[in-house]
Amino acid sequence: MLHNLFIGELADLLARRQVSSVELTRHFLERIVRLNPGLNALVTLTGDSALAAAAAADARIGAGESAPLLGIPLIHKDIFCTDGVRTSCGSRMLDNFVAPYDATVVERLRSAGGVMLGKANMDEFAMGSSNETSYYGPVRNPWDTTRVPGGSSGGSAAATAARLAPFATGTDTGGSIRQPAALTGVTGFKPTYGRVSRYGMIAFASSLDQAGVFARSAADVALVLQAMAGFDPKDSTSVNQPVPDYHAALQHPLAGLRIGLLKEFFEGLEPRAAALIEDALKVYRSAGAVTVDVSLPSLPLSVPTYYVVAPAECSSNLSRFDGVRFGYRCEAPKDLLDLYKRSRGEGFGAEVKRRIMTGTYVLSAGYFDAYYLKAQKARQRIADDFRTAFDSVDLVIGPTTPTPAFPIGAKVDDPITMYLNDIYTIGANLAGLPAMSLPCGYVDGLPMGLQLIGPHFAESALLNAAHRYQLETDWHRHVPRGYES
Amino acid sequence: MTQWETVIGLEIHAQLATRSKIFSGAATAYGAPPNSQASLVDLAYPGVLPVLNAEAVRMAVKFGLAIGATVAARSIFARKNYFYPDLPKGYQISQYEDPVVARGSIDVLLEDGTVKTVGITRAHLEEDAGKSLHEGLANASGIDLNRAGTPLLEIVSEPDMRSAKEAVAYMKKIHTLVRYLEICDGNMQEGSFRCDANVSVRPLGAAKFGTRAEIKNLNSFRFVEKAIQYEVARQIEIIEGGGKVVQETRLYDSDRHETRSMRSKEEANDYRYFPDPDLLPLEIGPAFIAEVRETLPELPDQKAARYAQDFALSAYDAGVLCSSRELAGYFEALLAATGKDHAKLAANWVMGELSSALNRDGLEIEASRVDARGLAGLLRRIIDNTISGKIAKDVFEAMWTEGGEADAIIAAKGLTQITDSGAIDSAIDAVIAANPKQLADYRGGKDKLFGFFVGQVMKATQGKANPAQLNELLKAKLGPSGA
Repeated sequence: MLHNLFIGELADLLARRQVSSVELTRHFLERIVRLNPGLNALVTLTGDSALAAAAAADARIGAGESAPLLGIPLIHKDIFCTDGVRTSCGSRMLDNFVAPYDATVVERLRSAGGVMLGKANMDEFAMGSSNETSYYGPVRNPWDTTRVPGGSSGGSAAATAARLAPFATGTDTGGSIRQPAALTGVTGFKPTYGRVSRYGMIAFASSLDQAGVFARSAADVALVLQAMAGFDPKDSTSVNQPVPDYHAALQHPLAGLRIGLLKEFFEGLEPRAAALIEDALKVYRSAGAVTVDVSLPSLPLSVPTYYVVAPAECSSNLSRFDGVRFGYRCEAPKDLLDLYKRSRGEGFGAEVKRRIMTGTYVLSAGYFDAYYLKAQKARQRIADDFRTAFDSVDLVIGPTTPTPAFPIGAKVDDPITMYLNDIYTIGANLAGLPAMSLPCGYVDGLPMGLQLIGPHFAESALLNAAHRYQLETDWHRHVPRGYES
Repeated sequence: MTQWETVIGLEIHAQLATRSKIFSGAATAYGAPPNSQASLVDLAYPGVLPVLNAEAVRMAVKFGLAIGATVAARSIFARKNYFYPDLPKGYQISQYEDPVVARGSIDVLLEDGTVKTVGITRAHLEEDAGKSLHEGLANASGIDLNRAGTPLLEIVSEPDMRSAKEAVAYMKKIHTLVRYLEICDGNMQEGSFRCDANVSVRPLGAAKFGTRAEIKNLNSFRFVEKAIQYEVARQIEIIEGGGKVVQETRLYDSDRHETRSMRSKEEANDYRYFPDPDLLPLEIGPAFIAEVRETLPELPDQKAARYAQDFALSAYDAGVLCSSRELAGYFEALLAATGKDHAKLAANWVMGELSSALNRDGLEIEASRVDARGLAGLLRRIIDNTISGKIAKDVFEAMWTEGGEADAIIAAKGLTQITDSGAIDSAIDAVIAANPKQLADYRGGKDKLFGFFVGQVMKATQGKANPAQLNELLKAKLGPSGA
């Protein structure tokens, strides 16, 4: 069962020539062709170029080269520009857009030897928490195909959970990696803001967006992150700081680790969800970690703050989609204004329009101070609260989401309820912190995620803590029914 | 009748002379085929990000230091949001609340010889937009994004100017300065240096400013002057007719020499400025400032003061000679050949014959048909009395139109001055002999006839008689008038 192996195991097989990258690639392509119709996790399949890349990887392996991702198949969220391949961002606006260049993340994973199988479905322009805003229709959760996989990186999460690839890329602006990882029972990682280049990643909210990884274990995440992370001169917000060896960092015992329990994360938490977190804490305590109660008084501000900052930035970022140079253009525009209005009116979906309008409003003269400026202040307070918490703890643990995956259609007409799904994840984005979600059990037979949040650039510590947990548990090895073989 | 006072502030856009754009690696050269210098960043492709050009920052700092301004330790790039086809991102990256340069000033020498200090509120970095092209396209517009992303320094003055002429003098001074600093080529035809003028009028002595109109995109000194004059007259007419000036943006029509309303305050865009999250705050430390300070050239005012002092020139002459680095360079090369004792002569020639010849042919000093070495050769012949100043003008004209060295032209045309007193004497004798009536009248008291005799002798010598010698000898021959 090649598809149930972890990246490290696959790399080992490749290195020992027990399997070729072409065979591996064919195996996953076959799964995609067979299983994707029931999931709608991929919007573009790049079989031919995948096989060519796999053959090239085999040649490099044949020449004696060895690298952790050399010959390993992967799926990119369709928010990353891929040279010569349609990059739709889940939108009608870019349904016809073939990117003329590779995103830095794409380029790095390619040169590391990764083999792109295709592009993953997503909420339109990464705006959504359920993958229901995609122009290509909702993605289905492999654990229950009547339910959402979460969003916005729902396609990447579902594909990873269904073993359509050993790993997938994603982006996380308010929880868009961690929430779908939790809802599909995989390991999802959002690095520190600035750790991974944003160049070539279609912007939603520039000050919050961060690229990350979906894989099936923390150890696998470490291998992928190693290849993705690092300074990029093309992204002024990327940080020029050496990248540690993440995989080597997985060997630290947890004795003495101080885990913070955020009061605000547990208030009102559903008892079954709380019990899962408590079970996880037992694992940590028995490994010698200590738990400390901490508080982030400003955390309740995070959802409203986010829903000012993110729309404000998106209203400006999405102005370039005007029907002039690329993307959707309306039929027979009467004049310039008509071209703008109809191209954008027809090219964008309802949620994107809602956020553009909200963002335009909060930046408008007379409202700027009351909304945008106030949100910036709240954001600063949230970041300060985290900083204070990290004075006394090494990392913070809590739930990733309040509830497991909800049925498709259940919240689609109720944006506020939908937005509240991100209540536990948004704080890390506002503060720019690294955070991850790993499977920790089930509620109603549906996976739930354990969230770990660390101080800036504490990727190694987070991955180590997650890896230690995964050494003691096997939630991350569970395969959704119907996807075992 | 109310006396009206004009109040003017200028926003000058100087295109910075960087090789690449402010946020992308594309070239900034002028005149390339449309869209051949537009990178994915300039085209605002999905996913691309801006990266600040350090050279543009260096140039802005250079300007800040040259006007004695504060260079901000931390300045912010903001997005100015509006839709227009030549603005590919749908926003312009500019600086809004925290500009890189703040609170400087510059001294402007006015025509009446007084010096006026004009305050400079701020100077900030921003990107230029592209161009919409309407010619030759039926029922469509073309977009050329070569200019999109070209770095601009927007220099905002205080409302310190009180006439169109003052505004022009200020603009010329900034033009001189940015070219001295080599941060802008100053080419106004190509749009590298242009301005918007904020104009209002108020009763003389009033404390409050009147309502202003902003006149957009003035790309020549003459247009600035004409547009302001028109606008001032328009505003006074409105007020005197009992009306009120409305705050609005107006466009100058250079064919009709008038300004026209573009949009009123009510129609003004809400630009929804906010800090650009793609760019970190621009932080400039003392070391960088010190490094840039090292690269500052001698500034026009410093140079003019030195000229006035060292060469005993008037402030005005010194100012004119220093109005461009190239002109000053020409002058200094000239002086190196003639010696600084002849600075006044050299200055007069540069500002006189040379300047008018350049103007006539529409040439810059760098393209002068007579170079500094050539002109020095001519001045040397004036200094050593080979030719008179008057003949020298003819020689210069020949050098300008036909080329060649002064000496060769003097020899070929036989223009060498007659300094042999014997030869002048005999010419005087011949003239006196031929004009007995005039001689009698002169001696009878008509002393103005002296000029007549000078003219006749000059005519007889084809203008070659040394004027000083001629004067002296003629006086002796004629004797006193009215004696």
